[in-house]
Parts: sequence; structure tokens; C-alpha cells
Amino acid sequence: MPKDHGIGASSKRREDVRFLTGRGRYTDDINLPGQAYAFFVRSQVAHGRLNGVDISAASSMPGVLHIFTAKDFEGVGGLPCGWCVTDRHGQPMQEPGHPVLASGKVRHVGDPIAMVVADSYDAARDAAEAVEVDIEELDPVLDMKAALADSAPKVHDELANNLCYDWGFVEENREAVNTAFEKAAHVTTLELVNQRLVPNAMEPRVAVGDFNPATEDSTLYTTSQNPHVIRLLMGAFVLGIPEHKLRVVAPDVGGGFGSKIFHYAEEAACTFAAKQLRRPVKWTCARSESFVTDAHGRDHVTKIELALDAEGHFQAIRTETYANMGAYLSTFAPSVPTWLHGTLMAGNYKTPLIYVNVKAVFTNTVPVDAYRGAGRPEATFQLERVIDKAAREMGIDPVEIRRRNFITEFPYATPVAVEYDTGDYNCTMDKLLEIADVAGFELRLADSKARGKLRGLGINCYIEACGIAPSHLVGQLGARAGLYESATVRVNATGGLVVMTGSHSHGQGHETTFAQVVADMIGLDENMVEIVHGDTANTPMGMGTYGSRSLAVGGSAMVRATEKIIAKAKKIAAHLMEASPDDIELKEGKFTVAGTDKSVAWGDVTLAAYVPHNYPLEEIEPGLEETAFYDPNNFTFPAGAYACEVEVDPETGKVTVCSFAAADDFGNIVNPMIVDGQVHGGLAQGIGQALLEAASYDEHGQLLSGSYMDYAMPRADDVPFYKVDHSCQTPCTHNPLGVKGCGEAGAIGSPPAVVNAVVDALQRAGHTDVTHIDMPLTPSRVWAAMQG
Amino acid sequence: MTKVTMTVNGKPVSGDVEGRTLLSQFLRDDLGLTGTHIGCDTSQCGACVVHVNGQAVKSCTMFALEAEGAEVRTIEGMANADGSLSAIQQAFQDHHGLQCGFCTPGMVMSAAALLAEKPKPSEAEIRDYLEGNICRCTGYHNIVKAIMAASGQDVGAIAAE
Repeated sequence: MPKDHGIGASSKRREDVRFLTGRGRYTDDINLPGQAYAFFVRSQVAHGRLNGVDISAASSMPGVLHIFTAKDFEGVGGLPCGWCVTDRHGQPMQEPGHPVLASGKVRHVGDPIAMVVADSYDAARDAAEAVEVDIEELDPVLDMKAALADSAPKVHDELANNLCYDWGFVEENREAVNTAFEKAAHVTTLELVNQRLVPNAMEPRVAVGDFNPATEDSTLYTTSQNPHVIRLLMGAFVLGIPEHKLRVVAPDVGGGFGSKIFHYAEEAACTFAAKQLRRPVKWTCARSESFVTDAHGRDHVTKIELALDAEGHFQAIRTETYANMGAYLSTFAPSVPTWLHGTLMAGNYKTPLIYVNVKAVFTNTVPVDAYRGAGRPEATFQLERVIDKAAREMGIDPVEIRRRNFITEFPYATPVAVEYDTGDYNCTMDKLLEIADVAGFELRLADSKARGKLRGLGINCYIEACGIAPSHLVGQLGARAGLYESATVRVNATGGLVVMTGSHSHGQGHETTFAQVVADMIGLDENMVEIVHGDTANTPMGMGTYGSRSLAVGGSAMVRATEKIIAKAKKIAAHLMEASPDDIELKEGKFTVAGTDKSVAWGDVTLAAYVPHNYPLEEIEPGLEETAFYDPNNFTFPAGAYACEVEVDPETGKVTVCSFAAADDFGNIVNPMIVDGQVHGGLAQGIGQALLEAASYDEHGQLLSGSYMDYAMPRADDVPFYKVDHSCQTPCTHNPLGVKGCGEAGAIGSPPAVVNAVVDALQRAGHTDVTHIDMPLTPSRVWAAMQG
Repeated sequence: MTKVTMTVNGKPVSGDVEGRTLLSQFLRDDLGLTGTHIGCDTSQCGACVVHVNGQAVKSCTMFALEAEGAEVRTIEGMANADGSLSAIQQAFQDHHGLQCGFCTPGMVMSAAALLAEKPKPSEAEIRDYLEGNICRCTGYHNIVKAIMAASGQDVGAIAAE
């Protein structure tokens, strides 16, 4: 029975009113009195010695206030990396410097060299064109394997080579894995590329730095998913500003998908410039600029081997991956191909032996970091593709081979360190087959054939680790930060609540869903709960929103804080009703004494807290405000099964997605409508990866796909209506809401479904030599595969 | 600088612009109507769509001076006179047709132009019409559903919750 309010209700979003009427306040909508405008001069070559930057002509152009170069940042720190990975030999990764503005060398097209600050955007841009940059071009390293050759030019001269780290997991199991392969009845091998993508949130990045000379406070408005993290990284490691003198505000943010997690040079540069110039400094990224400065995603080259027994039971998995770091280490980059990828190689399956090797490589390209799924799409893609290939080789139905290997008993300790708390993979598979109407496929196949088209069905499972993360665990793995979350619940005298959260909302609807949770706990109308996020001045320290963590971790902090509120409120109610706090019940916003008809309203209790005349002052303080920090015990493990049906035009190779079905287990659900929306968006991104998108470099390191003219974003006519289901719910066992998170699942589980479907279509049409096509499956790639 | 005069959301406005000032810049920077968004620099994304003399136009693709004397409507002018959401806006809220909200102004303006031209568009017609509006958050499912609902068509059969 659908609820109309509280946890489980598809409450309409309160954010929508301002967004639908053009009254959102995105960072580019912020204009401060006296503001100056920044424009960056960026490298146009992929690799070179930066021998000089001549700003003399540009500096005297109209409206120019100052042109910053690396020299201005000499006393300032470089951009920090937030995760140090230890390699197979127990050594820390190679960690190059990452200056705010390029110094000595430029290392990718887009590398910032100078920042022009002027009275107007046009004056800044005009002056930027007059900045003369003396670069002696060097050969770029672009291919990862070539970058590891002895003769390869070094991206960072101070490092021994271009290998950031050579990571093995679990190293102690390597021998046993190799032995299992030698003994296996069947081995399936697959080499594949998980191509570089550009996250492309629709809002380009913006940074507005401001400085108040009267108080010496700095403020940064920025398009970030995590303002507190930016404040800590920028304040402590780059600019040397203590937190109490630095405020970071992330107002309405137009999508992030990971690309707005990281601390970028432009944030530090604008904050620094505002202080130097005593004027606000605003930078707005142009879209084509964002292509060469926002962190890219994915970019793995992988060989995966699956060892099976004669009945198709998985015996062992062995993988070797080259993971592109790009020219510099972005904030979380080293963790993505390791701890967010290697630890998912068990998937939904009981494989007893797994060994993952990852070589992270520096190249003269834009830095690569987390993008929706961050490591888990890469893991899922290689696993679910090799399983499909093995099924075909061994003549086992692709659904059946998966069921044969499903984990069915929980908690389950995988051989790659993570322990799954709970799940039911047969439930989601059963549900998938039903909503995808797999039984009717043959009829649809015949219909396609009659129209001269090929048709294929691709099915896969996925699991992901999200709700990141237990701080002590990630600390052991090299994280330089904790991954708790926070909430302060402030009850006002007249009964309304303000919940200040360290989480952020940039499309997820947290202002609505968090209010549902808190209101539900107390029994109030959701409109009495206001959610505040995004400003370090009025929220407790939190790590922000990514990794599908906001409900699992942020929501849990909110629950704990609200529990403290309720406990204290019960003491006040007990006093007002002359009863024992143990006898007080709270339901629908009313406190009652159990077994009596005595009651007192929420509003009476909240008023008493702030007007403590009839109040147990000897026992408790006035006021009703509580804070909680929640550090999760474990990751959460949403899982599911996906199915894609495609038609392929045999003349052109064009792939049409006819249908896409997703059966997900997200544990308990707060707002079904929002959960569906999250899955929809993820599916489009996964379909985009499978069929359309690729960040392509040429042999000179020029980004060919540098705008929406050449980077194929999925549009409304590239995708169908989706069929999504989340009726399978195995609640998370270790957080108070029993939630698992849902933000990334769609992007994680969908690429293999699409590719499995296209391979299926071609195989069914007689192209039995086609066992894999690399993404994106453009018409020309699919057509070429059909030519044999 | 040249003076330009037009009507925006029913009110006469004027300003001094350069020849190169885009309509999108005039709306955002001169008039403070920041609901029209800039999402790209190649006129693909559609976040800047407004109505000029009743036609949907990407405001980044015309100069402010070209709108001299025109009737311009932006997202800020789409609500009802009493401030309540119009049918299209309400449908977007009812059907969760937005997440981060950045593409939304352009989506609503495009949807309004479509429905003015074609009161009961099919799913295929809506998807085709929205080719010039990119969304990264919603996967388009609920946007298409919202537009169909706003046109009075029954969306109950469309799989969702």
C-alpha cells in the first residue's frame, strides 16, 4: 500500500518549485559587487617544457587587474591527492607534484598556465589571447603500455617512470589462483577496453572567490559535491588558511556524477586571487574548456580470465588492468581502479579464488578520477562480459550459468576482502525475467527478423559497494580522509526542525527525502522539517555526496541525531506530564504516557525546551539541538539483474535499444519515485557508454572529442522508457534505515547488458566469430564486426 | 554600445549592448533573469531555450540586438499569473521530470513550444523534438512522461514506480 508521506512515500520534491520557475541559485548566478573575472590560459599542447610566460603585453590591456602565473603561487601548496595506494611490493605509489598553475612543464592539453583577472569577462579573455607562452614541445605519452616502456618520455621528470603503482590483490592468493587456472576444465579469456568518458554534468564548473579585508575571511562559492572537503583540502594543503577563516559554499549544483568531488586548481586560484586583489574573482568554465579540465572517467584496458569446472562453476578469476591516471593525480584517482574495483571482482558469485592486478599509468591526458560508479562499472563490465562469453563457449544458458554460481548465504566473505551483509540474487533475477518478458523474446526476434533487423537479448547481474565507508578500513587502505557523515538537528521553539547535513544535494532530492526520514521518526508533517546543506558555515563537517552514500551514511547520521532529540524530548514530556521518561511514547507528533490518556503535543515540548519554566533543569539543559557523526560499519551492497533488448540494422550497424529492464535490490527505500529517477539516469549514462560516448585523443594528445559536436551525449531519442523494479528488498543489516543507496547502480549494471545484447544479436544472425566488440558500439564498429 | 528594447515576460525592458552580446547574456547579466542557463558553447545542449515571438529559440544562438522589438518569454514567465505552476511545470513536478534542475528551464520552454505546435504528441515525436535538449540526470524517461501528462494523455501505462 503506497504511503503518502514519510518513509516509503513518493513525496513530490520541494526543490522543484525553484528549479521549475528559474529561481535556482547556481554558482554562475552569483554575482558579487565589484567582482572581477578570471580567464585561464591553458596549454594547447599535450607535453612540453614551459620555458616562459610573457604577460607584459597582456598586462597592459584594458581592464586587466593582474595576471597570475606559477610564480605567484610559489608559497602555496600543490593540489593534494587524498588516497595513497601501496603497491604489490609494499611501497607507496609514486606521487608527483600537482601545482595550481603549470610550472616547468605542461602535461596535458588544458593544463592551466596563467590566470588573467580583469574587470570584465571579455577583457580577461582578450588579454588571455595576448599572453605569450614559450613551450618547447616534447613527445607525448598517450598509450598506457607504451608509457611503461623503458624508452618512454616521462610525464613527471622527478619520478622514476610513468608507473604510478603496480597493485596486486590479494597478493598472497596469486599462486593459488594460478594453480586453479592450470587445473581448470575450461578457461575463458577476454580483452576489453573500458573507454575514457567525460562526465558532462549539464552545469559547467564555476568558482567565485571572495575576501573580506575587515575580517580577513575568505569565501569560495563553488560547484562542488562536498564543500567541507574542499575547505579542508584547499585550506590545509594549498592556501594555508585555517578553517575558521575559510568558508566554502556549494549552492544549487547542476549535477556532479563525481566530477565535482575533486579540488580543482581554479578553486584555489580564485580564492587566492580574491585575497591578493581584494576583489571577488569569478571564473565560469566554458563547456569546451570543461572537456580539457574536468576529471575524466574510466579509461581501463583489461584482460580478464575466468576458470570454470565442467559444470560451469567459477573456480578462479585473474585480471590484469592498465588504469589511466592522466597527467596528474586527481583527488581520489588512485583508489578507483584498486579499492573500488578489485574488491568487486567476486560480483554476485561464489568464486573462491581471485587475483586482480592493476598498473596505474601517467599519460599526457586530462586526469582521470571517479565518475558515476567509480571502479564498479569497470569491475562489473569485465566480469559480466567474460561470464557471457564463457556461457556461450560452454553451451550454458547465460541466466543459468549465473544462477549456478550465485552466493545464497549471507553474510558472505568474498576472497577480495569485502563481506556482503545480505542479498537475494535469485529474487532480482526472477523479477527481471518477469519485467523484461524474457519469455516473449522469441516472438519479438521473429518480428524484428521480418522487418530485416537483427535482435539480441543481453542479461547480466551486478553488485556494487557503496555507502562509503568505514573510516578505519579506508584508512588502512591508504585513504587520507575519514568517510563518516554528520547531521545537526535543531528544533525551534515553535516546533519546526532544521536539519543541517554534511551531505550535499545536486539532483538527488535530499531536501525532500531527508525531511521524509526525520518527519517520519517524530510523526510530523514533512513541511515542518527544513534541510540545510552546502555551506560550511552552517553545516557540520561532512564528506559530501558521492558513492551512493547520502542516505546510508548521511541519513544514518540524521537518524542518530534525531534519536538523541527524541530521547531528550521524552524527558521534557515526562516532566511536563509528571511521569517517568521510560513510560513516554511518541507517535504522530504527540507524547503520551503509556497506559493513560495523558498527552502533550510536540509543540508544547519544543516550547518548553526554550522557555524552561516548567522544566527539569537539574537533569537536563534547555534547548533541543543534537549532533551526530555516523561512521558506517561496512559498505552497503545493492545488487540486481538487468536486461537489454536491441535491434541491429545489418546494413549500417546501427544499434537501437528497444527495451531496458532493471530489477534492483536497494534494501529499504525512502522515496520510490526518486529511486526510480536515479536508476533511469544511470541507465542512460550506461547506454551512453555502451553505444555513444568516448573521449578520444589523437596521436598528438589533442582531444578530438572536445565539445558536444563530437562527444555523443545520449539524447531523448537514444533511449526508450525503462522498466525498473525494486520490489526485492533485503534491508542493509548494519545501518538504522536498512538502506543500501541507489545513485550509481544504473550506470554500473547497464553497459554489459547492452554489449551482451549486441553480441547476442550478431551471434543469432550467424556471426559466430563475434565474441566481443569494444565500447562504444558505434555503427561502424558493429558493421565492421559483421564483415568478419 | 547600442540600445536594445524588447518585451520580456510581458514587461518592456531595454539595455545597452554590444553587437556581439548574445540574447542569453542579455537576459542573465543585464536583466538578472538567471533562470536561462548556459550549458555549452556549441548550441547543442538547449539549457538556454527561450521563446522569441512565440518560437522556441536557443538564446545562445542569437544576438540581443536581433530581439529588438520582440516578445520574449523565459522560464521566469511561465508560471500562472497567481504564481502557481503552469500545467507543464506542474507535470514536471508530479512526474519527477527534473533532478538537478539545470537543463529544466530549456526543457520546459521546449515542451511548451512543442505542445503549442502539436497538442498530443506521441512518445516518438516528443523524443525527436527534444533532440536539442540534453539532460544528464533523468535519462529522459520522466521528462517524456511529464510532457505527455501535461498534454492530457494518459501516462498510467508507462512503467515507472
